[in-house]
Amino acid sequence: MGVIERSLSHSEAIVWAGPTSEPLVLPGPGFGLLTNREDDAANAPDAQAPAPVVATAPSPSNGQRALKAFLRNPSGLGALAFLLLVAGIALAAPFLYPDDPLAMVGRPFLWPGQNPEFPLGTDSLGRDVAAGLVWGARISLLVGFTAMALGVSAGIAVGATAGYFGGWIDDALVRLTEVVQTVPSFVLLVVLVAIAQPSITTVTGAIAMVTWPMVARLVRAEFRSLREKDFVTAARAIGSGPVRIILREILPNALSPIIVTASVLVASAILMESALSFLGLGDPNLVSWGSMIGAGRELLRTAWYLTAIPGFAIVLTVLALNLVGDALNDALNPHLSAGR
Amino acid sequence: MSLSRLSGVLRKTLIQAVPTAIGIVILNFLLLQLAPGDAADVMAGEAGAATEETMAMLRKQFGLDLPVLDQLLAYLGHLAQGSLGFSPRYNMPVADLIAQRLPGTLLLMGLSLSLALLLGIALGTVMALNAGRWPDRLISVGSLVFYSVPGFWIGLMLIVLFSVKLGWLPSGGAETIGAGLSGLDSLLDKARHMLLPAASLALFYVAIYARLTRATMLEVASQDFIRTATAKGLTPFHVATRHILRNALLPVTTLAGMHFGGILGGAVVVETVYSWPGLGRLAFEAVMRRDFNVLLGVLLLCSLLVIIVNMVVDLLQAWLDPRIEVR
Repeated sequence: MGVIERSLSHSEAIVWAGPTSEPLVLPGPGFGLLTNREDDAANAPDAQAPAPVVATAPSPSNGQRALKAFLRNPSGLGALAFLLLVAGIALAAPFLYPDDPLAMVGRPFLWPGQNPEFPLGTDSLGRDVAAGLVWGARISLLVGFTAMALGVSAGIAVGATAGYFGGWIDDALVRLTEVVQTVPSFVLLVVLVAIAQPSITTVTGAIAMVTWPMVARLVRAEFRSLREKDFVTAARAIGSGPVRIILREILPNALSPIIVTASVLVASAILMESALSFLGLGDPNLVSWGSMIGAGRELLRTAWYLTAIPGFAIVLTVLALNLVGDALNDALNPHLSAGR
Repeated sequence: MSLSRLSGVLRKTLIQAVPTAIGIVILNFLLLQLAPGDAADVMAGEAGAATEETMAMLRKQFGLDLPVLDQLLAYLGHLAQGSLGFSPRYNMPVADLIAQRLPGTLLLMGLSLSLALLLGIALGTVMALNAGRWPDRLISVGSLVFYSVPGFWIGLMLIVLFSVKLGWLPSGGAETIGAGLSGLDSLLDKARHMLLPAASLALFYVAIYARLTRATMLEVASQDFIRTATAKGLTPFHVATRHILRNALLPVTTLAGMHFGGILGGAVVVETVYSWPGLGRLAFEAVMRRDFNVLLGVLLLCSLLVIIVNMVVDLLQAWLDPRIEVR
């Protein structure tokens, strides 16, 4: 939350009206709408926060208020705790299951609970399902977060350049974004990974390559509405260069919709990685939840637990990410969630 | 509602669509040029052995020895004549191959999109009318779960439940092979085969539409004209359906149009799960066999479909909302 806090308090001194973003790409109530702080304080439901009625009372910054709102959201907190648990398990994999998760360790086709040594059973080759699950968490989280970071960075770079400069640069970048966005993204993803040969690097890169347009559109819309604001004009007047204005003035004010999108992007990156691995386009040397499902699929009739267990892991992790995204959205755009 | 305004919208969307389509052709072509190995490599690999001469002959035959720009120009030239090239692997024109598979995919997508819209809007309406109460909370949680489930996994789980355990529905394919059904029986048989794949594909979008319908309905409900409608004595049902829902449908149609590409992508995986003879499966097979002409054709066709659907959505929106002007 540190990032949000810093970035939003930056805008504190400046009064700015809410930029309206393009029609939502993502589900969830009105994305990317921020109003100025005075409005927030005036409209905030009194039940939620004691609004600073006395003008002289020090009011918390937007970031602190968002953090408080997030901490008050039980489902968001629970989801975050679950994600931290998964991350902890993923980090601890070398200690929990030091052996290769692809190694044969027991009798094949042990159902969950049949043998206390293998609580989640073993697969057709006698590999421990629990070990696969733990090591698979590493791949899912690594790919999910790295692809998100790459995609968001590329999206910010393109969207900020297009939105800030406008003109022919904007036209060209919008055209490029549109081309990539028009091609069905999963089909493009399959092609990219097949061309580059499946490995964890190429899978991550390819997911970033199909997801950046979404961020770029969002960032461009924010930048277009923010670049005409007084604080940008002021920064320009005191001689700040475009890079400084983009990174230090506009970007911090456009961050909250980007943060919400980022959390959803991690979820969709994990889903994409699992689908690719399921199709056999994952890294062949690593266990992932998707590849476990792909292997279990052949034995669906006799040993469906091999498909069900890694699937539950995916569903729970993605669900937790979406809940965190929802909570962030509520916390960062408080006036939207009021009364709902 | 004037026809000239609609034609204005059509012209505007066409002007936007053509450069995008050209960009997509070039992008796809360049992308596939980067691929290691070509159709000749694959054929040689499958034959077990091949001399340099045979390889050169194969490449010459498929035009793979020409410079990249010439290959692109040749491809564009063929495209202008409505030909998508020839598939060395399937030994038939790509256009015919795609034409064989396209109806299957369109049928599947159409069914799942209708299913998703119908269920999503219905659930969203229930949620909005009960906002904050238990039906809202319950469906909220349910839709969030739907939203987080990978389509291929729910597909497999549905097979376990409905085909393996209960034995109600077939686990794959498009029809019962060799059953020799005709008329209504054959139609029913096909519907039974479509139910599970369409449901697996639809689930994700049910969640999205339910959430979106709820959010927009609540937004519309707070506007002045709704208060007016209530004040002039309309029944709550009338207000909800004719005034709120109707105005809330606009963003839903926009989003449904934008999801067309996503559903096509989802079809790749779901068609693989259910061995459904469609475009998605064809694309996957083409990637595995390095049949670039087929892959290019599928990619191009998918993208063109998306462009066409977007244009239709634009027109639909202009029709639904007279305030949308030609810019």
